[in-house]
Amino acid sequence: MKTDDLIDLLAKDLRPGWPFARIVSAAALCGVLVTAAVFFLGIGFRSDISQALESVRFLFKFVVTITLAVGATGAAITLSRPSVGIERWGWALAAVPTLLLCAVGLELIAVPESAWMGRLVGHNARFCLTLIPLLAIGPVVCLFIALRRGAPIKPRLTGALAGLAASGIAATFYAFSCTDDSPLFLATWYPIATLIVAAVGYLAGDRLLGW
Amino acid sequence: MDVDDCNKSEVGSVKGQGVNGWTREGEWAARMRAAISGDAGAYRLFLASVTPHLRSMARHRCRTTGASEGDAEDIVQEALLAIHLKRGTWDQSRPIGPWIAAIVRNKLIDTLRRRGRQTMVPIEDVMNTLGVEDQNDGLSSREIDSLLTRLKSQQREIVQSISINGSSVRETADRLHMSEGAVRVALHRALKTLADLYRSQIS
Repeated sequence: MKTDDLIDLLAKDLRPGWPFARIVSAAALCGVLVTAAVFFLGIGFRSDISQALESVRFLFKFVVTITLAVGATGAAITLSRPSVGIERWGWALAAVPTLLLCAVGLELIAVPESAWMGRLVGHNARFCLTLIPLLAIGPVVCLFIALRRGAPIKPRLTGALAGLAASGIAATFYAFSCTDDSPLFLATWYPIATLIVAAVGYLAGDRLLGW
Repeated sequence: MDVDDCNKSEVGSVKGQGVNGWTREGEWAARMRAAISGDAGAYRLFLASVTPHLRSMARHRCRTTGASEGDAEDIVQEALLAIHLKRGTWDQSRPIGPWIAAIVRNKLIDTLRRRGRQTMVPIEDVMNTLGVEDQNDGLSSREIDSLLTRLKSQQREIVQSISINGSSVRETADRLHMSEGAVRVALHRALKTLADLYRSQIS
C-alpha cells in the first residue's frame, strides 16, 4: 500500500471523540459506581457509623485513600501520554506514605506502648486483605479498558498506577465498614492489600497497555 | 557510538531552521486541533505534512543502525497508524513535536527489535531529525500488504476499497450492501487490528 493511500484511509477514519483524560476520568467514575454497588449490596456501613464520623482517626482514613485514588488516576493519565512524565501527580502519590508516617508518629505519641500491638493487629486484617482487592476488581477493569487508548512509554508502571488508583477507590469504601481506625492498622494492612492490586496491575500493564 | 557522530552533523542544520521549526510545529498543532474537532481535510494535511519528517527520521535511523532503507517506509506507515490511533493522547496545551517524536521513537524501537537490531534510540536524535524533510511521494511498503492479508475478509475488502481504490465510505457501503456506520466501525476495527498485527511480530 502506498503511504499516500494510507493517509487517505486514516483521514476517512477520523471521528470526533472525548479527550483522553476525560475518558479515563469517566472510567474511574464507573469504577466508583461499581464498587459502591458491590459495597452497599454486600458489605454496608459499620453499625456505629454516626459516631465514627466524629472521630478524627476515622476521617483520616479517607484523606489517605482519596489522595491515593486521585493521585494514581492522574499519574496514570499523564504517563499514558508518550512525551509527558508523572509531573505534579508524583507529589500527590508521595503524600500518601508521608501522611501515613506522620499519623503513625502521632498515634505512637498519643497511645501507651502497651496498646500499640493490639491496635496494629486490629480485628479486621483478614477482611482488609480480601475485601480491598475484591472491591478493586471493578475499578481496575474500567481503568484498564480506558487506558488501552493511551500510549504509555512505561506500560507496566502505568498498569501498576491503575492498580493503585483502583485500590484507592476500593479502600475508600472498605474504610466505611472497617472498625479499625488506628493509623497503625491503616499503615500496615491497607498498604499490603494495595500492593497486591498494584502488582496485578503491573503484570497486566505489560500485556494490555503496550502499543 | 556512531549515533553521536550523526547527531553532531545534523544539529547544525536543525539550529539553522529553528524559527521555521517553531512555525512548522505551530502549523501541525493547529491542523491537529482542527482534526480533533472533526475537520478531515485539516487532518489529511497534517498527516501529509508530517510524513516527510517521519521518513527522514526513519531513513536516518535505518542508516545508523545498518538496517535496510527499505524498512524505512514500513516504519513511516506504522508510525502514521500509531499517530492516528493515539492522537487522543496529545495534550493540546503542549507542543506537538515532542509528542510525535515520542511516538515515532517507540515505533522505531519496535521495528528495530523486530529486525533484531540494536534498540537504543536517543530521544534527542529523534527530535533533531524531526527537523529534516525527506520528500518522496508515492512510496509504498510491502509489510502492510502482508499484514492486510491477515485481516478478516470483510475488513480487508473495506480497507482496500477505501485506500487503494480510493472509494468513499458511502460508495464502499453501497457496494458491500452495508450501512455507512457499519463500514466505519469495521474500518476502525481493521486499523486497530493492523496495529496489533505490527506488534505481534515482535517476539
